[in-house]
Amino acid sequence: MDFERIVFYVFATILVFAATRVITVRNPVHAALHLVLAFFTAAGLWMLLEAEFLAITLVLVYVGAVMVLFLFVVMMLDINVAVVREGFIRNLPVGLTVAGLMILELWLVMKNKAFDAAHMPAPMPRGADYSNTRELGSVLYTDYVYPFEIAAVILVVAIIAAIALTHRKAHNSKKQDPSEQVKIRRGDRVRIIKMEAESRD
Amino acid sequence: MIVPASEFVMILPEIFVLSMACIILVLDLFLKDSERNISYWLAQLTLVFAAVITLSVDPDETQLLFFGTFIADAMGAVLKVFIYLVAGLAFLYSRHYLSVRGLFKGEYYVLGLFGVLGMMVMVSAHSLLTVYLGLELLSLSLYAMVAFNRDSYPCSEAAMKYFVLGALASGMLLYGMSILYGMTGTLDIGLIADTLDRGESSVPVVFATVFIVVGLAFKLGAVPFHMWVPDVYQGAPTPVTLYLGSAPKIAAFAMIMRLLAESVGALQSEWQGMLVLLAVLSLGIGNVVAIAQTNLKRMLAYSTISHVGFLLLGILAGTPAGYSAAMFYIITYALMAAGAFGMIILLSRAGFEADEIDDFKGLNQRNPWFALVMLILMFSMAGVPPTVGFYAKLSVLQAVVDLDMIWLAGAAVFFSVIGAYYYIRLVKIMYFDDPADDAPLASDFDLRFALSANGVVILLLGLFPGSLMALCSQVIP
Repeated sequence: MDFERIVFYVFATILVFAATRVITVRNPVHAALHLVLAFFTAAGLWMLLEAEFLAITLVLVYVGAVMVLFLFVVMMLDINVAVVREGFIRNLPVGLTVAGLMILELWLVMKNKAFDAAHMPAPMPRGADYSNTRELGSVLYTDYVYPFEIAAVILVVAIIAAIALTHRKAHNSKKQDPSEQVKIRRGDRVRIIKMEAESRD
Repeated sequence: MIVPASEFVMILPEIFVLSMACIILVLDLFLKDSERNISYWLAQLTLVFAAVITLSVDPDETQLLFFGTFIADAMGAVLKVFIYLVAGLAFLYSRHYLSVRGLFKGEYYVLGLFGVLGMMVMVSAHSLLTVYLGLELLSLSLYAMVAFNRDSYPCSEAAMKYFVLGALASGMLLYGMSILYGMTGTLDIGLIADTLDRGESSVPVVFATVFIVVGLAFKLGAVPFHMWVPDVYQGAPTPVTLYLGSAPKIAAFAMIMRLLAESVGALQSEWQGMLVLLAVLSLGIGNVVAIAQTNLKRMLAYSTISHVGFLLLGILAGTPAGYSAAMFYIITYALMAAGAFGMIILLSRAGFEADEIDDFKGLNQRNPWFALVMLILMFSMAGVPPTVGFYAKLSVLQAVVDLDMIWLAGAAVFFSVIGAYYYIRLVKIMYFDDPADDAPLASDFDLRFALSANGVVILLLGLFPGSLMALCSQVIP
């Protein structure tokens, strides 16, 4: 067994272990940390496949940004685990059916001759000086420069839309506005109600 | 591998609109509420200058730029100019409505300009990737605009429905595009067409076409993928309904042309049948269900569905005559829709929405001139001569009859006659009923002037359709 294969099995074992722990541990913070571990080992596997740009992006974006955000959410929301787990037995049949269907679909694809290893030759290994990132960058900024810029504009619009729809002025501010104050009329503050006088008995 | 500077000149309109949208976005932060008009006027100026730039960089012959992701052609230039015109009308009509409701904010115009940019990208897209990105840029701006009045429950509901169904439609479209990419190995629309022209149509390519047609039908609101249209039209603030019901239809026409006519044009016999089904259903359901509506915005939504049916009739002909008839139809429809929603804005005032059909009762006694403008708009939508709607329907039907599909033309005429009922009912309500409400109409000069001009143009285009029709047939290859 060569070194590459040993590395693969070590990473794969850690990955499967971490992924299982994500759904079995009771503490959501631990689950999130196990997910970080799963992402990290998956990045290692991608590195073995010479997809170093994707591996680095996975670590930077998912481990560095998304999961940290996730941890914050988990800590702030203080989710009651017992309540979340309540319907486990009741939902089990549905879950098992979906899982069974997915396994069936995977099997159907796998047994298809078009996808077996003979039809999918391993790509030619590149030298150590070959940079995936440079290749991607050079395509992104030449062939696809126009779509790339539009994608950037879409992100700008998403930010504008999110801020326009959620940003509100601080409504509990105690700042006084004299011009509003002098414009007040009696009717805005006082309501005069006519009532029958109560009898004395 | 370096893009020459001459190519950047060709996308100058896009660069200009993008830069101005960003400038307005930042400038708007420093404006007081009383100076908000500056954002509005800058947005209008942007559209005017964009039109000038578009016309001045318009090349004499079709050019492929940016490694085949962008196409500069005559059809694109004409459609872009009409998009600026209709978007400018939408901005103009909405100013009064937004300012009396405290919604007059810079974001509305910034998002509107980004939407225009998305439409421009769609119009001159020459790659599946660019088509999709332009569509998403437009849709994202529209979702935000529909939810713009965020304290209103119907607006949020409409935005949510629009967002979810829009995402579903994008998924369908992307699925079709990905299969097409898998079968041809390229995203370039020209290369896809070449590949398909050489080989006979295989099942996966037809499968991809089905998904692309379904995605387009969702976005256009053709039956049976029309469920979102009435709810979104009714729930959105009227100026947003006006914006999303007019200019994006022109961009949608361009998208159909790029995706169906240009990329999978070799499969015309396959998608023709699908479009026949969509067109007949849209004409039927749109016209029949519109009769039952009491809300004018909802009625106009169903009327949109029936007009989409007519648009599809022109496209499915698959001939240059059919395409140019469809282009004429969609441009004139965008103008009519802008006018009709503009009338709702004219009758609305602070705290009152004139979006019920009954709100138009006795409009002739309140203001004979605008009753006449509305009459022209309604007659044009119904297709009564001498308005432009008649000529638009006639040219589409002619293209269908030339294919020897007489039954299809007959069905279209039959449903149009049914549809005429609800347009003419509105005219009857305006002229023969007593007014239920005698408040004066909105008095802004620009709104009144633009609406009057809009009505007059509909009539003039109906009397002299030749030049626009000639333009449409000239730019379709």
